[in-house]
Amino acid sequence: MKNEPTIIAFCCHYCAFTAADLAGTMRKQYPTNIRIVRIPCTGKVSENMVLQAFVEGADGVMVAGCEIGSCHFIQGNVRAVKRVAHAKKLLEETGVNPDRLEFYHVAASQGPLFATTSAEFTERIKQLNAGGKASADTTSAETPQETVHDSSRT
Amino acid sequence: MIVAERKLFDDLYAKASKHKKVLLLGCGTCVTVCMAGGEKEVDILDSQLKLASRERGDDFEVTTHTIVRQCDDEFFDEETSRKIAAADAVITLACGVGVQFCSEKYPEKRVYAGVNTVFYGATVEQGLWEERCAGCGECIVDQFAGICPVARCAKSLMNGPCGGSSNGKCEVDKETDCAWALIVKRMKELGTLEELSEITLPKDWSTSRDGGPRRIVHESLRLDEGTKKEG
Repeated sequence: MKNEPTIIAFCCHYCAFTAADLAGTMRKQYPTNIRIVRIPCTGKVSENMVLQAFVEGADGVMVAGCEIGSCHFIQGNVRAVKRVAHAKKLLEETGVNPDRLEFYHVAASQGPLFATTSAEFTERIKQLNAGGKASADTTSAETPQETVHDSSRT
Repeated sequence: MIVAERKLFDDLYAKASKHKKVLLLGCGTCVTVCMAGGEKEVDILDSQLKLASRERGDDFEVTTHTIVRQCDDEFFDEETSRKIAAADAVITLACGVGVQFCSEKYPEKRVYAGVNTVFYGATVEQGLWEERCAGCGECIVDQFAGICPVARCAKSLMNGPCGGSSNGKCEVDKETDCAWALIVKRMKELGTLEELSEITLPKDWSTSRDGGPRRIVHESLRLDEGTKKEG
Protein backbone atom coordinates (compact mmCIF):
# COMPACT_ATOMS: atom_id res chain seq x y z
CA MET A 1 0.00 0.00 0.00
CA LYS A 2 1.12 3.51 -0.71
CA ASN A 3 2.23 5.73 2.18
CA GLU A 4 0.05 8.68 1.37
CA PRO A 5 -3.57 7.59 1.30
CA THR A 6 -6.24 9.11 -0.87
CA ILE A 7 -9.27 10.07 1.15
CA ILE A 8 -12.54 11.18 -0.36
CA ALA A 9 -14.64 13.46 1.83
CA PHE A 10 -18.25 13.84 0.76
CA CYS A 11 -19.12 17.15 2.43
CA CYS A 12 -22.53 18.73 2.75
CA HIS A 13 -22.68 22.17 1.18
CA TYR A 14 -24.49 23.61 4.21
CA CYS A 15 -22.16 22.45 6.97
CA ALA A 16 -18.99 20.40 6.50
CA PHE A 17 -18.03 22.05 3.22
CA THR A 18 -18.43 25.48 4.83
CA ALA A 19 -16.50 24.19 7.86
CA ALA A 20 -13.67 23.10 5.56
CA ASP A 21 -13.70 26.56 4.04
CA LEU A 22 -13.67 28.11 7.49
CA ALA A 23 -10.75 25.90 8.51
CA GLY A 24 -8.82 27.43 5.64
CA THR A 25 -9.86 30.96 6.57
CA MET A 26 -8.76 30.29 10.15
CA ARG A 27 -5.42 28.94 8.90
CA LYS A 28 -6.19 25.54 10.42
CA GLN A 29 -4.31 22.96 8.45
CA TYR A 30 -5.70 19.59 7.54
CA PRO A 31 -4.00 16.81 5.55
CA THR A 32 -3.68 17.20 1.81
CA ASN A 33 -4.84 13.60 1.50
CA ILE A 34 -8.41 14.80 1.85
CA ARG A 35 -10.19 15.31 -1.48
CA ILE A 36 -13.43 17.12 -0.86
CA VAL A 37 -16.50 16.41 -2.97
CA ARG A 38 -19.19 19.00 -2.32
CA ILE A 39 -22.68 17.58 -2.25
CA PRO A 40 -25.99 19.42 -1.71
CA CYS A 41 -26.78 17.29 1.37
CA THR A 42 -25.39 14.05 2.82
CA GLY A 43 -28.82 12.63 1.96
CA LYS A 44 -27.46 12.56 -1.59
CA VAL A 45 -24.92 9.93 -0.60
CA SER A 46 -25.92 6.46 -1.69
CA GLU A 47 -24.20 3.23 -0.77
CA ASN A 48 -22.78 2.88 -4.24
CA MET A 49 -21.30 6.40 -4.24
CA VAL A 50 -19.18 5.27 -1.34
CA LEU A 51 -18.33 1.85 -2.81
CA GLN A 52 -17.50 3.44 -6.14
CA ALA A 53 -14.97 5.73 -4.44
CA PHE A 54 -13.18 2.64 -3.12
CA VAL A 55 -13.37 0.95 -6.53
CA GLU A 56 -11.76 4.05 -8.07
CA GLY A 57 -8.87 3.80 -5.63
CA ALA A 58 -9.79 5.67 -2.47
CA ASP A 59 -8.17 4.35 0.72
CA GLY A 60 -10.77 5.95 2.93
CA VAL A 61 -14.08 7.73 2.61
CA MET A 62 -15.54 10.18 5.07
CA VAL A 63 -19.04 11.52 4.83
CA ALA A 64 -19.50 14.76 6.73
CA GLY A 65 -22.91 16.24 7.35
CA CYS A 66 -24.90 18.44 9.66
CA GLU A 67 -25.59 17.74 13.28
CA ILE A 68 -28.82 15.86 13.98
CA GLY A 69 -31.68 18.35 13.84
CA SER A 70 -29.77 20.84 11.70
CA CYS A 71 -30.19 19.35 8.24
CA HIS A 72 -31.20 21.95 5.66
CA PHE A 73 -33.38 19.24 4.13
CA ILE A 74 -34.65 18.05 7.52
CA GLN A 75 -33.76 14.34 7.32
CA GLY A 76 -30.86 14.04 4.87
CA ASN A 77 -28.15 13.52 7.48
CA VAL A 78 -30.27 10.95 9.35
CA ARG A 79 -30.68 8.97 6.14
CA ALA A 80 -26.98 9.30 5.37
CA VAL A 81 -26.00 7.85 8.77
CA LYS A 82 -28.12 4.77 7.99
CA ARG A 83 -26.74 4.42 4.49
CA VAL A 84 -23.17 4.71 5.72
CA ALA A 85 -23.90 1.97 8.27
CA HIS A 86 -25.24 -0.18 5.42
CA ALA A 87 -22.27 0.65 3.20
CA LYS A 88 -19.95 -0.47 6.03
CA LYS A 89 -21.63 -3.87 5.98
CA LEU A 90 -21.33 -4.06 2.20
CA LEU A 91 -17.64 -3.21 2.47
CA GLU A 92 -17.09 -5.82 5.16
CA GLU A 93 -18.63 -8.47 2.90
CA THR A 94 -15.99 -7.71 0.29
CA GLY A 95 -13.11 -7.92 2.74
CA VAL A 96 -12.48 -4.16 2.91
CA ASN A 97 -12.14 -2.95 6.51
CA PRO A 98 -15.32 -0.97 7.29
CA ASP A 99 -13.25 1.39 9.45
CA ARG A 100 -12.14 2.91 6.16
CA LEU A 101 -15.53 4.57 6.00
CA GLU A 102 -16.97 6.95 8.59
CA PHE A 103 -19.72 9.48 9.05
CA TYR A 104 -19.00 12.71 10.94
CA HIS A 105 -21.25 15.50 12.09
CA VAL A 106 -19.56 18.86 11.51
CA ALA A 107 -21.48 22.13 11.72
CA ALA A 108 -20.68 25.06 9.44
CA SER A 109 -19.09 26.97 12.33
CA GLN A 110 -16.77 24.11 13.30
CA GLY A 111 -13.76 24.78 11.08
CA PRO A 112 -11.28 23.55 13.70
CA LEU A 113 -13.32 20.36 14.20
CA PHE A 114 -13.21 19.68 10.47
CA ALA A 115 -9.44 20.04 10.55
CA THR A 116 -8.95 17.74 13.56
CA THR A 117 -11.48 15.19 12.28
CA SER A 118 -9.76 15.09 8.90
CA ALA A 119 -6.37 14.66 10.57
CA GLU A 120 -7.63 11.87 12.83
CA PHE A 121 -9.33 10.04 9.99
CA THR A 122 -6.24 10.37 7.80
CA GLU A 123 -4.15 8.94 10.63
CA ARG A 124 -6.58 6.04 10.94
CA ILE A 125 -6.33 5.25 7.25
CA LYS A 126 -2.52 5.47 7.36
CA GLN A 127 -2.53 2.93 10.20
CA LEU A 128 -4.83 0.65 8.23
CA ASN A 129 -2.65 0.97 5.14
CA ALA A 130 0.32 0.02 7.27
CA GLY A 131 -1.52 -3.13 8.30
CA GLY A 132 -2.52 -1.88 11.72
CA LYS A 133 -5.90 -1.79 13.38
CA ALA A 134 -7.83 1.46 13.45
CA SER A 135 -8.04 3.02 16.88
CA ALA A 136 -11.44 3.92 18.30
CA ASP A 137 -12.56 7.27 17.04
CA THR A 138 -14.67 9.20 19.50
CA THR A 139 -15.69 11.89 17.04
CA SER A 140 -17.50 9.53 14.70
CA ALA A 141 -21.27 9.47 14.60
CA GLU A 142 -22.97 6.55 16.25
CA THR A 143 -24.08 4.28 13.47
CA PRO A 144 -27.04 2.07 14.27
CA GLN A 145 -27.10 -1.60 13.37
CA GLU A 146 -29.21 -1.82 10.25
CA THR A 147 -30.55 -4.52 8.05
CA VAL A 148 -30.36 -4.12 4.31
CA HIS A 149 -33.93 -2.98 4.06
CA ASP A 150 -33.77 -0.71 7.07
CA SER A 151 -31.30 1.50 5.29
CA SER A 152 -34.05 2.79 3.07
CA ARG A 153 -36.54 3.38 5.87
CA THR A 154 -37.22 6.87 7.13
CA MET B 1 -45.45 -7.09 -6.92
CA ILE B 2 -42.97 -9.89 -6.52
CA VAL B 3 -40.73 -9.24 -3.53
CA ALA B 4 -37.21 -10.59 -3.36
CA GLU B 5 -34.01 -10.10 -1.42
CA ARG B 6 -30.46 -10.37 -2.62
CA LYS B 7 -28.56 -13.56 -2.05
CA LEU B 8 -25.58 -13.53 0.29
CA PHE B 9 -22.55 -11.86 -1.19
CA ASP B 10 -20.25 -14.84 -0.65
CA ASP B 11 -22.62 -17.08 -2.63
CA LEU B 12 -22.66 -14.62 -5.51
CA TYR B 13 -18.91 -14.12 -5.37
CA ALA B 14 -18.35 -17.89 -5.53
CA LYS B 15 -20.50 -18.06 -8.68
CA ALA B 16 -18.96 -15.01 -10.34
CA SER B 17 -15.36 -16.00 -9.65
CA LYS B 18 -15.78 -19.27 -11.58
CA HIS B 19 -15.92 -17.29 -14.83
CA LYS B 20 -13.76 -14.79 -16.68
CA LYS B 21 -16.52 -12.41 -17.76
CA VAL B 22 -19.71 -11.99 -15.80
CA LEU B 23 -22.74 -9.89 -16.66
CA LEU B 24 -24.94 -8.61 -13.84
CA LEU B 25 -28.41 -8.29 -15.31
CA GLY B 26 -30.91 -6.15 -13.40
CA CYS B 27 -34.67 -5.99 -13.79
CA GLY B 28 -36.50 -2.68 -13.78
CA THR B 29 -39.85 -3.82 -12.45
CA CYS B 30 -40.76 -5.55 -9.15
CA VAL B 31 -37.22 -6.11 -7.85
CA THR B 32 -36.39 -2.47 -8.51
CA VAL B 33 -39.29 -1.36 -6.32
CA CYS B 34 -38.34 -3.73 -3.51
CA MET B 35 -34.70 -2.65 -3.81
CA ALA B 36 -33.35 -6.12 -4.50
CA GLY B 37 -32.34 -6.27 -8.15
CA GLY B 38 -32.74 -2.96 -9.96
CA GLU B 39 -30.08 -0.73 -11.46
CA LYS B 40 -28.94 0.53 -8.05
CA GLU B 41 -28.52 -2.95 -6.64
CA VAL B 42 -26.72 -4.08 -9.79
CA ASP B 43 -24.27 -1.18 -9.36
CA ILE B 44 -23.73 -2.04 -5.70
CA LEU B 45 -23.03 -5.70 -6.50
CA ASP B 46 -20.73 -4.61 -9.34
CA SER B 47 -18.69 -2.46 -6.95
CA GLN B 48 -18.65 -5.19 -4.31
CA LEU B 49 -17.43 -7.85 -6.75
CA LYS B 50 -14.70 -5.51 -8.03
CA LEU B 51 -13.54 -4.68 -4.50
CA ALA B 52 -13.65 -8.30 -3.36
CA SER B 53 -11.79 -9.61 -6.40
CA ARG B 54 -9.08 -7.03 -5.77
CA GLU B 55 -8.87 -8.03 -2.09
CA ARG B 56 -8.85 -11.76 -2.86
CA GLY B 57 -6.57 -11.57 -5.87
CA ASP B 58 -9.05 -13.09 -8.32
CA ASP B 59 -9.19 -11.93 -11.89
CA PHE B 60 -12.55 -11.68 -13.59
CA GLU B 61 -14.39 -8.97 -15.44
CA VAL B 62 -17.79 -7.69 -14.38
CA THR B 63 -20.19 -5.74 -16.59
CA THR B 64 -23.68 -4.50 -15.84
CA HIS B 65 -26.95 -4.03 -17.65
CA THR B 66 -30.54 -3.49 -16.54
CA ILE B 67 -33.64 -3.98 -18.65
CA VAL B 68 -37.24 -2.95 -18.01
CA ARG B 69 -38.51 -6.48 -17.40
CA GLN B 70 -36.95 -9.90 -17.58
CA CYS B 71 -40.27 -11.75 -17.83
CA ASP B 72 -41.15 -10.31 -21.24
CA ASP B 73 -39.53 -11.26 -24.49
CA GLU B 74 -39.62 -7.78 -25.98
CA PHE B 75 -37.22 -6.27 -23.44
CA PHE B 76 -34.41 -8.65 -24.32
CA ASP B 77 -33.34 -6.36 -27.12
CA GLU B 78 -30.28 -6.47 -29.36
CA GLU B 79 -28.07 -4.61 -26.90
CA THR B 80 -29.02 -7.02 -24.12
CA SER B 81 -28.41 -10.06 -26.33
CA ARG B 82 -25.03 -8.66 -27.35
CA LYS B 83 -23.99 -8.11 -23.73
CA ILE B 84 -25.17 -11.57 -22.72
CA ALA B 85 -23.31 -13.11 -25.65
CA ALA B 86 -20.12 -11.30 -24.63
CA ALA B 87 -20.23 -12.69 -21.10
CA ASP B 88 -19.31 -16.20 -19.95
CA ALA B 89 -22.08 -16.20 -17.37
CA VAL B 90 -25.00 -14.06 -16.26
CA ILE B 91 -26.04 -13.32 -12.71
CA THR B 92 -29.55 -12.02 -12.99
CA LEU B 93 -31.04 -10.02 -10.16
CA ALA B 94 -34.57 -10.60 -11.42
CA CYS B 95 -37.09 -12.78 -9.60
CA GLY B 96 -37.25 -16.52 -10.25
CA VAL B 97 -39.42 -15.86 -13.29
CA GLY B 98 -36.81 -13.60 -14.86
CA VAL B 99 -33.99 -16.05 -14.13
CA GLN B 100 -35.87 -18.85 -15.87
CA PHE B 101 -36.97 -16.70 -18.77
CA CYS B 102 -33.42 -15.49 -19.32
CA SER B 103 -32.16 -19.10 -19.19
CA GLU B 104 -34.80 -20.16 -21.72
CA LYS B 105 -33.89 -17.35 -24.07
CA TYR B 106 -30.15 -17.97 -23.87
CA PRO B 107 -29.88 -21.74 -23.40
CA GLU B 108 -26.18 -21.76 -24.19
CA LYS B 109 -25.41 -19.36 -21.35
CA ARG B 110 -24.88 -20.18 -17.68
CA VAL B 111 -27.47 -18.10 -15.80
CA TYR B 112 -27.35 -17.72 -12.01
CA ALA B 113 -30.01 -16.34 -9.67
CA GLY B 114 -28.82 -13.29 -7.77
CA VAL B 115 -31.85 -12.89 -5.53
CA ASN B 116 -34.16 -15.10 -3.52
CA THR B 117 -37.76 -14.59 -4.60
CA VAL B 118 -39.79 -14.49 -1.41
CA PHE B 119 -43.43 -13.48 -1.90
CA TYR B 120 -46.10 -11.36 -3.61
CA GLY B 121 -46.39 -8.32 -1.43
CA ALA B 122 -46.91 -4.64 -0.92
CA THR B 123 -44.67 -1.78 0.20
CA VAL B 124 -46.24 -1.22 3.61
CA GLU B 125 -43.89 1.65 4.37
CA GLN B 126 -40.56 2.80 2.97
CA GLY B 127 -38.13 -0.07 3.44
CA LEU B 128 -40.76 -2.55 4.61
CA TRP B 129 -42.55 -5.13 2.45
CA GLU B 130 -45.17 -7.61 3.56
CA GLU B 131 -46.82 -10.62 1.96
CA ARG B 132 -50.36 -10.04 0.77
CA CYS B 133 -51.12 -12.73 -1.83
CA ALA B 134 -50.37 -16.44 -2.18
CA GLY B 135 -51.41 -16.75 -5.84
CA CYS B 136 -53.91 -19.49 -4.97
CA GLY B 137 -55.78 -19.13 -8.26
CA GLU B 138 -59.18 -18.32 -6.81
CA CYS B 139 -59.43 -14.96 -5.06
CA ILE B 140 -61.63 -14.97 -1.96
CA VAL B 141 -60.40 -11.70 -0.47
CA ASP B 142 -63.78 -10.00 -0.88
CA GLN B 143 -65.40 -12.52 1.47
CA PHE B 144 -63.05 -11.39 4.21
CA ALA B 145 -63.24 -7.61 4.03
CA GLY B 146 -60.18 -7.32 1.80
CA ILE B 147 -57.82 -9.30 4.04
CA CYS B 148 -56.58 -12.59 2.62
CA PRO B 149 -56.62 -15.45 5.12
CA VAL B 150 -54.71 -17.68 2.67
CA ALA B 151 -51.68 -15.41 2.50
CA ARG B 152 -51.85 -13.68 5.86
CA CYS B 153 -52.99 -16.37 8.30
CA ALA B 154 -50.11 -18.67 9.22
CA LYS B 155 -52.47 -21.64 8.92
CA SER B 156 -54.45 -20.25 5.95
CA LEU B 157 -57.60 -20.83 8.01
CA MET B 158 -60.95 -20.30 6.30
CA ASN B 159 -62.75 -20.06 9.65
CA GLY B 160 -60.60 -18.27 12.20
CA PRO B 161 -59.17 -17.07 14.43
CA CYS B 162 -57.50 -20.03 16.08
CA GLY B 163 -56.48 -20.32 19.71
CA GLY B 164 -53.07 -18.89 18.91
CA SER B 165 -54.42 -15.41 18.35
CA SER B 166 -53.53 -13.13 21.23
CA ASN B 167 -54.14 -9.38 21.45
CA GLY B 168 -54.38 -9.20 17.69
CA LYS B 169 -51.05 -10.94 17.14
CA CYS B 170 -50.22 -14.39 15.78
CA GLU B 171 -48.59 -17.02 17.98
CA VAL B 172 -46.09 -17.74 15.21
CA ASP B 173 -44.48 -14.34 15.65
CA LYS B 174 -45.42 -11.54 18.04
CA GLU B 175 -44.64 -8.98 15.34
CA THR B 176 -47.16 -10.52 12.95
CA ASP B 177 -50.77 -9.38 12.98
CA CYS B 178 -53.35 -12.14 13.30
CA ALA B 179 -55.09 -12.01 9.92
CA TRP B 180 -58.33 -13.15 11.50
CA ALA B 181 -58.21 -10.43 14.17
CA LEU B 182 -57.83 -7.95 11.30
CA ILE B 183 -60.72 -9.56 9.41
CA VAL B 184 -63.04 -9.41 12.43
CA LYS B 185 -62.08 -5.79 13.17
CA ARG B 186 -62.60 -4.70 9.60
CA MET B 187 -65.91 -6.55 9.21
CA LYS B 188 -67.15 -4.93 12.43
CA GLU B 189 -66.26 -1.53 10.99
CA LEU B 190 -68.04 -2.36 7.75
CA GLY B 191 -71.07 -3.72 9.64
CA THR B 192 -70.74 -7.07 7.90
CA LEU B 193 -69.60 -9.22 10.84
CA GLU B 194 -72.80 -11.27 10.54
CA GLU B 195 -71.44 -12.80 7.35
CA LEU B 196 -68.83 -14.61 9.41
CA SER B 197 -71.50 -16.59 11.21
CA GLU B 198 -71.71 -18.79 8.13
CA ILE B 199 -69.09 -21.50 7.95
CA THR B 200 -66.79 -21.10 4.96
CA LEU B 201 -66.41 -24.42 3.20
CA PRO B 202 -62.95 -25.85 2.58
CA LYS B 203 -61.22 -24.01 -0.19
CA ASP B 204 -60.89 -25.63 -3.59
CA TRP B 205 -57.14 -25.94 -3.95
CA SER B 206 -57.29 -27.39 -7.44
CA THR B 207 -56.70 -23.87 -8.78
CA SER B 208 -53.51 -23.61 -6.75
CA ARG B 209 -50.24 -25.47 -7.07
CA ASP B 210 -51.53 -29.04 -6.84
CA GLY B 211 -51.76 -29.48 -10.60
CA GLY B 212 -48.23 -28.38 -11.34
CA PRO B 213 -47.35 -25.19 -13.23
CA ARG B 214 -50.40 -23.22 -14.32
CA ARG B 215 -51.16 -21.56 -17.65
CA ILE B 216 -53.49 -18.80 -18.72
CA VAL B 217 -54.42 -18.64 -22.39
CA HIS B 218 -56.05 -15.64 -24.11
CA GLU B 219 -56.84 -17.00 -27.54
CA SER B 220 -57.84 -13.54 -28.79
CA LEU B 221 -54.37 -12.21 -27.99
CA ARG B 222 -52.32 -15.06 -29.39
CA LEU B 223 -50.52 -14.64 -32.64
CA ASP B 224 -51.14 -16.86 -35.61
CA GLU B 225 -48.39 -19.37 -36.29
CA GLY B 226 -47.21 -17.41 -39.32
CA THR B 227 -46.78 -14.11 -37.48
CA LYS B 228 -44.93 -15.43 -34.41
CA LYS B 229 -41.48 -13.98 -33.88
CA GLU B 230 -38.67 -16.38 -34.55
CA GLY B 231 -36.47 -17.41 -31.62
